[in-house]
Amino acid sequence: MSALDVIAATEAALTPLGAEMVAELDVAAEVAFGELTLVAERERIVQVLTDLRDRFGFQQLLDVCGADYPDREERFEVIYHLLSMTRNVRVRVKVATDEVQPVPSVIEVYPSAGWFEREAFDMYGMLFSGHPDMRRLLTDYGFEGHPLRKDFPMTGHVEVRWDEEQRRVVYEPVRLQQEFRNFDFLSPWEGAEYPAPVLPGDEKVKG
Amino acid sequence: MADGTHTPAPKPTAVLGTDVFDDPNDGRTAHAREMDDRKFTINFGPQHPAAHGVLRLVLELDGELVTRVDPHIGLLHRGTEKLMEARTYLQNVPYLDRLDYVSPMNQEHAFCLAIERLLGIEVPYRAQLIRVLYSEIGRILSHMLNVTTQAMDVGALTPPLWGFEQREKLMVFYERASGARLHANYFRPGGVHQDLPGELIDDIARWCQEFPAAMKDIDALVTENRIFKQRNVDIGVVSKQQALDWGFTGVMLRGSDIAWDLRKNQPYECYAELEFDIPVGKNGDCWDRYLCRMEEMRQSARIMEQCIHRLRNCPGAPVMIEDNKIAPPRRGEMKRSMEALIHHFKLYTEGFRTPVGEVYAAVEAPKGEFGIYLVSDGTNKPYRVKISAPGFRHLQAMDWMNRGHMLADVSAILGSLDIVFGEVDR
Repeated sequence: MSALDVIAATEAALTPLGAEMVAELDVAAEVAFGELTLVAERERIVQVLTDLRDRFGFQQLLDVCGADYPDREERFEVIYHLLSMTRNVRVRVKVATDEVQPVPSVIEVYPSAGWFEREAFDMYGMLFSGHPDMRRLLTDYGFEGHPLRKDFPMTGHVEVRWDEEQRRVVYEPVRLQQEFRNFDFLSPWEGAEYPAPVLPGDEKVKG
Repeated sequence: MADGTHTPAPKPTAVLGTDVFDDPNDGRTAHAREMDDRKFTINFGPQHPAAHGVLRLVLELDGELVTRVDPHIGLLHRGTEKLMEARTYLQNVPYLDRLDYVSPMNQEHAFCLAIERLLGIEVPYRAQLIRVLYSEIGRILSHMLNVTTQAMDVGALTPPLWGFEQREKLMVFYERASGARLHANYFRPGGVHQDLPGELIDDIARWCQEFPAAMKDIDALVTENRIFKQRNVDIGVVSKQQALDWGFTGVMLRGSDIAWDLRKNQPYECYAELEFDIPVGKNGDCWDRYLCRMEEMRQSARIMEQCIHRLRNCPGAPVMIEDNKIAPPRRGEMKRSMEALIHHFKLYTEGFRTPVGEVYAAVEAPKGEFGIYLVSDGTNKPYRVKISAPGFRHLQAMDWMNRGHMLADVSAILGSLDIVFGEVDR
């Protein structure tokens, strides 16, 4: 069976399962690329994950991560990836939040959420209520900001070096020898879907 | 502890948990008493040979018993996920090599699978075989490092020297296929970069024949070694339920008697048609996990032999999809065809675009389930990449696994978790 057939077969199996979850858990479900995605309300995430674990047999929480969509009203998403070994099925649960609204911690349902939520907080700054040990995880001691937000520059704000005179590591603002060059390769070569009077690329000039 | 004048009366045998110095008339000063109760907090790492990289553990000790472990990670954090958001898909593949740097191609594999699922393309059969072959080489590379350095962590020096001889040979195979011993950048979306030369396949076949003898040597040296067993049996026991709750995957799960392997349960590439067995442990302790890894290496060699047999049956078959919107054209073609030249230029500047959507692709990496969660906004760069690394999930368990164990067991447990900091910190 080829990989594409596997995806088609998985989708066929996931669609009724998704419908069942929609009926029982009060979530929205979508099947795409052979994967099942549920969208839940933020306040009910603990209940949804508990039900998924106890009634649908999703034994493992393999990942929790954040994502940043600055254009949305609630800019952050928290994404949970669950695995059921008995059903041999994965499911993804998403909730939306912003900088101030806390997401209830699911550490009571799946202990493995502990570090995942710490990492998501570290990287995006969304809050998790009820987490017993909410400290930064991956960034430097005393780090400021949340690096994976889309408005955080890729180069960061500070750089470190060993100072021979002070005999210690010092933090300084980032100094780039050369501006970071982010070329826009999404050029309008392909397709002629532009209005007739506009030449491809013209829209870039006016800025 | 007691001052010189006092001869302590014979004491009843100490029961674990009671203070043997409880006797109020033993003549010790208040200061001496206080020193007995004192808890120690010590730093383990980040520059410690048994920390397998740059792990800093803050250990709270009661005497020699560990009461709390607080791992401080992130000393190797390079912001891979942030960097990947600013680069095209093809430029991102080498970042995957730098995660678990003892089995680089397994990581590339997950990333390529995610992209391929987004694009809805099917990899040619020969490329699947090469991918499986090199994934299994990566598995042996990783397990060989782990089992031998675990032996070193508990006091043996010879196993790494013997095991690394095999790793060296395997890394030469990496080099002959991709040009690099470690950071291969060999798996590409749509296949693998280049075909394997026939001599290389012959040499890998010869290695597969010699490997069981080498395994036998290491087995004889380590497995039943008295010290090794004393340091590993019944240490770091993980129950089935704990393994599930804490999101364990790979050997950490199989060591606790749960037969779960993505190669069998959710087969990708051509694993479904290959014959191999999944070893499971019975007790979930460090020694069982060691035994699982030893057996998995033998099974990997078995898979490699089957791949080699199949590779010999399809010489010259394509190893990359033919679609030049995704895969670059051949060099020779570029010399003659304007079309090919344009495709090449576009692919290496703009890159290819993926349809809008999100996928989670996972492979059974040597250390457990390695997943890539990829969000695409339809451009040539990923909008969000989350690297879900097995080591990260496993390291989280350091606290409860170590509680109640002796200080010396910390390195044994850490060794059996199979941690590589490239993937934990990302």
